[in-house]
Amino acid sequence: MSKYKMHVLVCGGTGCISSESEKIVKNIQECLIQHKLEEEVQVVQTGCFGFCEKGPIVKVLPDNTFYVQVKPDDAIEIVEEHIVKGRKVDRLLYKDPGSKKAIEDSKHMDFYKKQMRIALRNCGFVNPNNIEEYIARNGYYALGKVLTEMTPEQVIDEIKKSGLRGRGGGGFPTGLKWEFSRKSKSDKKYVVCNADEGDPGAFMDRSILEGDPHSIVEAMAICGYAIGADEGKVYIRAEYPLAIQRLQKAMNDAEEYGFLGDHILGTDFSFHIEIRYGAGAFVCGEETALIHSMEGERGEPTIKPPFPSESGFWGKPTNVNNVETFANIPIILLKGADWFRKIGTKKSPGTKVFALAGKINNVGLIEVPMGTTLREVIFDIGGGIKDGKKFKAVQTGGPSGGCLTEKDLDTPIDFDTLVEKGSMMGSGGMIVMDEDDCMPSVAKFYLEFTEEESCGKCTPCRIGTKRLSELLKKITSGQGTEAHLQELRRLSVVIKETALCGLGQTAPNPVLSTLNNFEEEYIAHVKDHQCPAGQCTALLQYKIDPETCVGCTVCARVCPVNAITGERKKPHSIDQKICIKCGSCYDRCPTHAIEKR
Amino acid sequence: MSASSISDIKLDQEKLHQLDDFIDGMSNQKGELISILHKAQEIFGYLPKELQQHIAKKLNIPVSKVYGVVSFYSFFNMEPKGEHPISVCMGTACYVRGAEKVLNEFKKQLNLEVGETTPDGKFSLLSLRCVGACGLAPVVMVGEKVYGHVTPEMVKEIIKEYK
Repeated sequence: MSKYKMHVLVCGGTGCISSESEKIVKNIQECLIQHKLEEEVQVVQTGCFGFCEKGPIVKVLPDNTFYVQVKPDDAIEIVEEHIVKGRKVDRLLYKDPGSKKAIEDSKHMDFYKKQMRIALRNCGFVNPNNIEEYIARNGYYALGKVLTEMTPEQVIDEIKKSGLRGRGGGGFPTGLKWEFSRKSKSDKKYVVCNADEGDPGAFMDRSILEGDPHSIVEAMAICGYAIGADEGKVYIRAEYPLAIQRLQKAMNDAEEYGFLGDHILGTDFSFHIEIRYGAGAFVCGEETALIHSMEGERGEPTIKPPFPSESGFWGKPTNVNNVETFANIPIILLKGADWFRKIGTKKSPGTKVFALAGKINNVGLIEVPMGTTLREVIFDIGGGIKDGKKFKAVQTGGPSGGCLTEKDLDTPIDFDTLVEKGSMMGSGGMIVMDEDDCMPSVAKFYLEFTEEESCGKCTPCRIGTKRLSELLKKITSGQGTEAHLQELRRLSVVIKETALCGLGQTAPNPVLSTLNNFEEEYIAHVKDHQCPAGQCTALLQYKIDPETCVGCTVCARVCPVNAITGERKKPHSIDQKICIKCGSCYDRCPTHAIEKR
Repeated sequence: MSASSISDIKLDQEKLHQLDDFIDGMSNQKGELISILHKAQEIFGYLPKELQQHIAKKLNIPVSKVYGVVSFYSFFNMEPKGEHPISVCMGTACYVRGAEKVLNEFKKQLNLEVGETTPDGKFSLLSLRCVGACGLAPVVMVGEKVYGHVTPEMVKEIIKEYK
């Protein structure tokens, strides 16, 4: 990178590419050629910067200038003003939402101040398609160290000492898992990377694969050496074409450079990786289901034991870790277990990546030390709730997790505290909700998801999730009774205790956590037939305030069922028996005379 | 599958050869059913009954096994998609930012339910789970093109682009 004086980093994550960031790269490159600067300024398409809310992001180095919401047409101004004349383009700089002042250096942004990037260390920094940039950031150094200076047992010891726990959801100690696989005797073993990120609203693994694919390749090879495997598989969602393409390129380049393939770095250790496509089944995140899917079968889970570390892919010992877990491996081996243990909490060392989304100002991908509180994540990094609304709940752990409330905001986040509070870490999805979100509807949303994704193998999950979802449909459509609430609870407990795999056992969590934290909201639905958040259309009533109505007749004209009557220039009224609660009148009334209750 | 959709159709011979070559080129066909189905859907666009029968015969496995796998995974379609498949993201991030209203507007405008295709074969309506562009929520994809921050008001305009 040395011959260039300046670098322009353009985000090439999925969100920014959707907003034409590739065209920005092209326009900047063309403009640099016009000014004969292509030898001095390098344009790099990187992985995700994390600040997806204000994408596409363009960062100029060495001065760390952070441009947001850049359009392809802005390329000329960035080149001619900033690069040629040295004047920053003020209108594209990020403005602090509090002080409204432009922030020139991204280091001073609240969004980045409390973050600590370990798994995302290279995302938004290197060109994921260039192996040399990864090597320049100490890439493949850990692999070299492991192969030449350490025995497999020493590698496992180091990972065990680091206290790293599986980032896919369960939080099982990674070193221990590796040790089990190491101890299983077999002529053949496999390393599997679980990249079947199925949790809706989570995009951590995708961003790591898109932004830093080599770290996964390196970590899988290290794992292969540690457990005694010569073959690795990446099980990845077919819906992630960009991640697949970059990973494939990384694997090819690594092989060419001798970091993958036969006799890696001239040693006796050989390791090959192959990509296997998932086909859209949430349950395949469960490791036994994932293995069956890799064998070309329906992705149904089987009872453990036997654990995959004894009998997995084709009945051979198989070590399954998720993407983020692997992304931590090389740096732990480089900097040592003691360094890693100093970060985070005692029982959950290190950091965690979260996909922050929902009703929050700074939607994006963040990484914080374990033990950071929800308040810091939502209000400091996330910039608080959108449109000045009131915080209501945060959902963690996806369809297996639960909703946490105001009273939990000062909870330090780690694997165990979230479980204690009735939710879970999951893979790291974090959806923020405000006062307009109806909690029984949120529970219904998740149960419809698990109902659809239940593989059907065991009865408690197949039928239980369907019954839960039916009950929630009744409650949110005004047909619920108080007996339904008891039934929800009873059934949830039964499913939790009897379902075969993690999907079923955790499926009732969204119901139980919302029932426990927002019981009064459920009661309002079943007793008073009202939705306090005003979201359940069946429970709403639209009414025209005769004081405010000017009789303009707009509402009567837009009403699709002619439920509104009234004379011109006189207050109108809605016939509740005919009204279908579509909200058309509410949206169109020029004097806001229509109330929604 | 409705009765009409499983009426016999004739598969394109050239495409079949392409698929057979892919299958023959595999060193070990054991466990490759999902890869083969991915390829078949890539070539044909969808996986009709006849194609599933063909694959079963070729691999010497029961059709029920092929159908079992096809129907298990949401990525595989047994019906052809419209010329412009419209997918509304119903991931949690999009959901809380109003994706359901957007989906309802598409249903209304196109007079379709999710999973259906317009009679002229132009549009089909689908819902999908998270494209990972949560910063743009709610997200709609038409073919490969991504639309971000979609509101019900924008729906008409989006459809118009493809008419």
